[in-house]
Amino acid sequence: MHLTTEERAMLEGKSGKAVQKAMQILVALGTIYEADGMIPVSSVQVAGVSYDNLGDAGIQFLGDMLAGGASTHVLTTLNPAGMDIENWQTLGMAAEFAQKQMQVIDTFKRIGIIPTCTCTPYFCGNLPGYGQHIAWAESSAVCFANSVIGARTNREGGPGALAAALTGRTPCFGFHLIQNRKPGITFDIERPKSPETADTTHWFGALGKTIGQHIESMSDNPVPYIRGIESASIEGLKSLCASLATYGGCALFHMEGITPEAIQFSPPQVTIRISTEMVEAASDSMTDADSSDVDFVSLGCPHLSIREIARLAQLLNGQQVKKEFWITTSRQIKQLADQAGYRRVIEDSGAKIAADTCCVVAPIKGRFNAMATDSAKACFYARSKHRMKTMFRTFDEVVLEALKG
Amino acid sequence: MIISGRTIYPGIVEGKALVTSMGISFFGGVDPETGEIVEKGHTLEGQCIAGKILVFPTGKGSTVGSYTLHRLKANGVSPAAIINQTCEPITAVGCIIAEIPCIDKIPLEAIPQGCYLKIDANKAIVEILG
Repeated sequence: MHLTTEERAMLEGKSGKAVQKAMQILVALGTIYEADGMIPVSSVQVAGVSYDNLGDAGIQFLGDMLAGGASTHVLTTLNPAGMDIENWQTLGMAAEFAQKQMQVIDTFKRIGIIPTCTCTPYFCGNLPGYGQHIAWAESSAVCFANSVIGARTNREGGPGALAAALTGRTPCFGFHLIQNRKPGITFDIERPKSPETADTTHWFGALGKTIGQHIESMSDNPVPYIRGIESASIEGLKSLCASLATYGGCALFHMEGITPEAIQFSPPQVTIRISTEMVEAASDSMTDADSSDVDFVSLGCPHLSIREIARLAQLLNGQQVKKEFWITTSRQIKQLADQAGYRRVIEDSGAKIAADTCCVVAPIKGRFNAMATDSAKACFYARSKHRMKTMFRTFDEVVLEALKG
Repeated sequence: MIISGRTIYPGIVEGKALVTSMGISFFGGVDPETGEIVEKGHTLEGQCIAGKILVFPTGKGSTVGSYTLHRLKANGVSPAAIINQTCEPITAVGCIIAEIPCIDKIPLEAIPQGCYLKIDANKAIVEILG
């Protein structure tokens, strides 16, 4: 791999131990994927923040990097943590966990990373432009950045993203190169009969699982070209991205008439037709719990937008929830909800706003039996990681589930 | 016999080979305190990787596995070196942060179970000493 004089100096340790380690990581990744060289990045999203995932090994590594002079060179934001930084006691987190989690966040802050603690950095000040090279971890945000924004990133792991933040570079391979962004398969989508069903987080989540499983089963993991969708809200696309990444390892798709790069490509010959029945089957497959099982209700995977919070406040106004109900979002959106008066309405209902965290990374295993959610991604992790049953419903139906006895 | 591959992380060590034809998930698959392989049904289940030259086709599982390698090293129970057929990012990044010599592009069938190996990852060569 070709390195510039500056990059070679970093590799030789002339910019300190942390930068040297970072450059070693980037060179190894570049070697494995046969990159010709490095490319500058303008934005980084770092994952691996929850102490539940990171453990003491992660804390130790981050501490070593800080001691080695680690400091960010580009705009760098953070994925969700394992708890709400301010409100962790209300959510039932152990003090020991909280102490370790704060240590993780403090280390990231000292490195210069902005502690957004969200999987939706694009709502919170880290919004790259079309065509910009970035290095993002967090699979749903990677898919969103590549597909909806048209920025260019591979699916980074935690250390790879951190290495990019410390050097301002990433090896140039994969989705940084236009030839790898070409679609390899067309999906023709039959729109649902009722317009209310279309463009919901629920429907897009089920569609993501349907398409994702097709891609996952193909050896070359082609980039999907999706046709037949007339309109898609940001919230619908956010849900689709999370589901495609979870079930298909998908980091990029094109959607005719919706995503910015689609117009550059013609639809690939190989076509798969997705019927409404297939999407319904995917939806049904994510429900194995009924109302009597559900003891946990959750919205906000990926983190809720302010528009979703507004809708939630409208639905909860003057009512009382009867089940443990977590609304996960970023601290920034929570503050906006506070200013707009939505927070009071939501908290008066007994629902809990859990900022900085989410149901995928919070240590909730063993605490609940079954979860109701509108998120296909949350269903996957609730089952595999937390051993919970799931009920997959629309956003409004999930709220009703919380209000039911 | 000398076999050459590709350097992932440099270093020179010697040790006994612990070989498997299965992938290894360091996160969840290896006990970070003891270095024991705990993945159910793995060909190396119950074996300890500490101080061994660990030979396996490729890594798998969660990206958190990189940190597990770092933790194994900190606990003094990491492998002395890693040899892969095809190294993937989890193992590569783990070897770099834990400073464990690593070579890939080595045909695994060439390495007998339990043989004594010399690894020169600076030159990307594996020498079978007996």
